[in-house]
Amino acid sequence: MLLKRAPDLKYSDVTPRDIYMNRRKFLYGMGLAGGLALAGKNLANLAFPSTRAYASTKLPGVVKGPFNTDEKVTPEGTVTGYNNYYEFGTDKGDPAKNAQKFVTSPWSVSVEGEVAKPRKFTMDEILKLAPLEERIYRHRCVEGWSIVVPWVGYSFSTLAKLVEPNSTARYVAFETYFDKKQMPLWGRAGIELPYVEGLRLDEAMHPLALLTVGMYGETLPNQDGAPVRMVLPWKYGFKSIKSLVKIKFVKDQPPTTWNITNAHEYGFYSNVNPKVDHPRWSQAKEVRLPGFFKNTPTQMFNGYGDQVASLYNGMDLKKNY
Amino acid sequence: MNRILTNKWTKVVVFLLCLIPIGILAWEGPSGWGANPTQFLEHATGDWILRFLAITLAVSPLRKIKILGLTQLIRFRRMFGLFAFFYAFLHFSLYLGLDRVLDFSSVWADVVKRPYITVGFTGFVLMIPLAITSTAGMVRRMGYRRWQLLHRLIYVSAVAGVIHFYWLVKSDVHLPLIYAGIMAVLLGWRVYAWFSDRGRKPARGTPAPKAASTVAAS
Repeated sequence: MLLKRAPDLKYSDVTPRDIYMNRRKFLYGMGLAGGLALAGKNLANLAFPSTRAYASTKLPGVVKGPFNTDEKVTPEGTVTGYNNYYEFGTDKGDPAKNAQKFVTSPWSVSVEGEVAKPRKFTMDEILKLAPLEERIYRHRCVEGWSIVVPWVGYSFSTLAKLVEPNSTARYVAFETYFDKKQMPLWGRAGIELPYVEGLRLDEAMHPLALLTVGMYGETLPNQDGAPVRMVLPWKYGFKSIKSLVKIKFVKDQPPTTWNITNAHEYGFYSNVNPKVDHPRWSQAKEVRLPGFFKNTPTQMFNGYGDQVASLYNGMDLKKNY
Repeated sequence: MNRILTNKWTKVVVFLLCLIPIGILAWEGPSGWGANPTQFLEHATGDWILRFLAITLAVSPLRKIKILGLTQLIRFRRMFGLFAFFYAFLHFSLYLGLDRVLDFSSVWADVVKRPYITVGFTGFVLMIPLAITSTAGMVRRMGYRRWQLLHRLIYVSAVAGVIHFYWLVKSDVHLPLIYAGIMAVLLGWRVYAWFSDRGRKPARGTPAPKAASTVAAS
């Protein structure tokens, strides 16, 4: 049962973490007191809770957005328990464990560069810039798995228009928050940090490009990129940068983390394309999680070709991978 | 220690211990395999191939450390090696059945085109003749020298396994490097033993002393 909340809920109204966590501990305590029925197999679950163990709050006033797929939505536990967020560990289960104490409030995002009105947006402001829409998108990882997620947010262009990009702005550079203290496993990531991403301006301004503040009707869990991230459903997942702190409109194509790490394997565009293989594996098929079989055909632009193909007219997508 | 190792029940216990990894996977069931069960099982079995290869390769060096009194460890070497093959067979079957969904042509395309698959597949295929010729009867039929020469292929499989792992990770090579370090010690010891043994051996053609031949058997 969902609690009814006033519609003017602020981001700062999020339940304090220790209270939330203590609630879990209390439940764990009850479970243990309940007897050894929970022992054995369940001990592992107590040590590594695979279910929701993060503070998330229901987002008020979410309306149905455009571009929704009618495919079956992936179970929430899959999306919260299987993450690539290397700052919190390189194993898919690491972020769910290690990002729980990540402090995401207060938070602000600096929007700067080739714009008429550079400014900092607080999280409260971001949540109120536009009506929050639910957008059910396919999400295809470069590694060959995919999920269907009901994201919550609004088109990035809404925010971009407020800062009034100059005619000189041709690209947008994005940056993830980075703090060695909060991300002690950063040294194992094997990638340069802070994590940076980039888009061509027309890509960023496309209505599909979603500035995302939630999923499954609630604020983003830390491991999924809280408190605000990008979601670009026609590109491989790593383009959808998490935990945004900086957005910069720039003249030249900005560097991007995976391209810096291995330019041969990860290009600037990284559009989902079943015909262009990753050098180490085929991209023709994907496994729809939490399934077993890698037998779902991957679609060009992840099935969003009708919307975005025109952005790439005349480009050789084998070269611009 | 050797008395424990020669006890007939020890073999049963060790055999059961070697089944624990697969036992845990089965016990956890699909709910314990996470969001991407196929990848989870591939990684779990992959880890155990490397571990059993390392355990198998550790038998000879451990036997040579006199104060440990583990010369009878040799009784378990075949079992360890076969368990490495067992987990490799599971690993390959998962890839074939779930990842490639029995699409043999795409498996072959992978083997030809993708270096990390090529090297992993090679490591696995080289273990097949070792498993087939692992019986005492086979040793007799082949003759010990030839049998031993064939079974040195495990060195290739171990190196191939580590390279396979190193090439498949995206950026965090931490764990593959640990395996590489372990294999380097185990294989390095053999190189060292071979050289120091050669130094001690009399000139070619004269029969080697007994002590030297046990080193060669490793």
